[in-house]
Amino acid sequence: MIEVEIISGRTIDQGKTVEEKLSEEYFKAVSYCEMNEMDFKKLGLKEGDRVKVKTEFGEVVVFAKIGELPRGVIFIPMGPYANQVISDDTDGTGMPRFKGVRGIVEKTEENVKSVRELLGVE
Amino acid sequence: MDAVCTFCGNVCDDVEFDVNTQKGKRFCALGLAKFREKERIKSPMVDGKEVSYEEAIEKAAEILVSSKKPLLYGWASTVNEAIRYGVILTEKVRGVYDQCASVCHAPGTLAVIEEGIPGGSLGAIKNRADVVIFWGSNPLEAHPRHPTRYSVMAKGFLIKDRKDRKVIVVDVRKTKSAKMADKFVQIKPGYDYAIISALRALVKGEDIEANEVGGVPKEELAELADIMKNAKYGVILYGLGVTQSRGRDRNIENAVKLIQLLNRYARWIIWPMRGHYNVVGAGEVPAWEVGYQYAIDFSRGYPRFSPAEFSAVEMLLRKDCDAMLVVSSDPAAHFPRRAVEHMKNIPVIQIDPFPNMTTLLSNVIIPSAVAGIEAEGWAYRMDGIPVRVKKLVDSPYWSDEKILKEMLRIVEEKLEG
Ligand code: SF4
Repeated sequence: MIEVEIISGRTIDQGKTVEEKLSEEYFKAVSYCEMNEMDFKKLGLKEGDRVKVKTEFGEVVVFAKIGELPRGVIFIPMGPYANQVISDDTDGTGMPRFKGVRGIVEKTEENVKSVRELLGVE
Repeated sequence: MDAVCTFCGNVCDDVEFDVNTQKGKRFCALGLAKFREKERIKSPMVDGKEVSYEEAIEKAAEILVSSKKPLLYGWASTVNEAIRYGVILTEKVRGVYDQCASVCHAPGTLAVIEEGIPGGSLGAIKNRADVVIFWGSNPLEAHPRHPTRYSVMAKGFLIKDRKDRKVIVVDVRKTKSAKMADKFVQIKPGYDYAIISALRALVKGEDIEANEVGGVPKEELAELADIMKNAKYGVILYGLGVTQSRGRDRNIENAVKLIQLLNRYARWIIWPMRGHYNVVGAGEVPAWEVGYQYAIDFSRGYPRFSPAEFSAVEMLLRKDCDAMLVVSSDPAAHFPRRAVEHMKNIPVIQIDPFPNMTTLLSNVIIPSAVAGIEAEGWAYRMDGIPVRVKKLVDSPYWSDEKILKEMLRIVEEKLEG
């Protein structure tokens, strides 16, 4: 288990598939988190492994990838997976905190949910 | 055919698209994906059953009229003409109008109310800017042609060459855009405010006591302040890295103060990198209609503005709306989990060309034509310049404008009757 700060944001693949949210391509584009190589190794992960990300606002299982990030910071593309764990407090602005939310990451054997499962609808 | 791209806030007006061969010219990968044919919502639906446009609109009007406080949300990916009907519709049903920017750049609006905005157009940046700072924005993934058309490689009136321009990226991670910059300043998440304050002190010629601020060594901050002071025409193009982190609107307020200060030494402007092609219109149209850009409540019969109460996320978290109309956006995918929960408990009406996560929660689904391909209208580019988006092909789908106009007509009938 490691402690992290979570940021979300756009990626090219998220943008390319944003009008096809029920497709496999969109699922691939948004259901992962990137982390520093040292953090990745510390968690004993291999490419394709899954992690559970938890914050006080919720938890989500996503695929883990190595990315160019400082240690202790993870990146999840903007979308339904990131939104399970980001802060819903808007501080009176209307804007939730999509970036810079503290949480933990641990290795898991649980599956990554589809967007439908995430939403809890069929 | 000559086209105008309706994906991002660049609203590129130099592209071409052939609907028959599905081939385009000059598009970036995002724009091309937008124009490519893809799965559509096939027919209007009410509670899972296919119906006619007339029946779906009738049902939607009924829901809006009978609800106490409906939330009418979205608007960033449609044209001004449709948004205008949306604002009038919200007023008629005494609902709340909110738009995508409330989870995007609207906190910047709060800063602008306090401080104003020393702004400029994309043309001015292209022609004049010798120092360009992308702060918490990643144009190569969000606005891929911005650097070539306006801000990095673009050749202009005074800027003849890439070498005439210094490009700086400030971000918490080394993005694709960081790699195209002359200088990358890596900061710790949530420290924008502190760093901007430090820069204000340094630009003023004051010393700062700390050796580093937000992960940036003092020498690097001093160097940055120096570059800023010595610019001929500088611009900060900020993104959601600034508005969505700790500080939100206050970060922008502080940045505007920095720009005001810099204007004592050099010409500087600041501008947000707006995301959807007409997210500016989603704020400007209600601003010309009723005076506010987002989070507007009409429940008392006149407009009131209060993001703490009337922004979509706050309304949903407090369970303060009993119906929702979603136009050209997908809050079920883009809102925090707890806000989406309430959407499952109330009737939701959706107007959109494509099935998305909100479709899965919607009681009434009304498919629409894609503006820029199947419908035309006005949109504001990210710098507030109006651009006419084109219609390239006829389609069986109604435009957002037509759907909303009809919905408004029926709502008025019901309210009178
Ligand atoms: S930069 Fe934006 S507007 Fe221009 S082609 Fe790409 S997506 Fe379309």
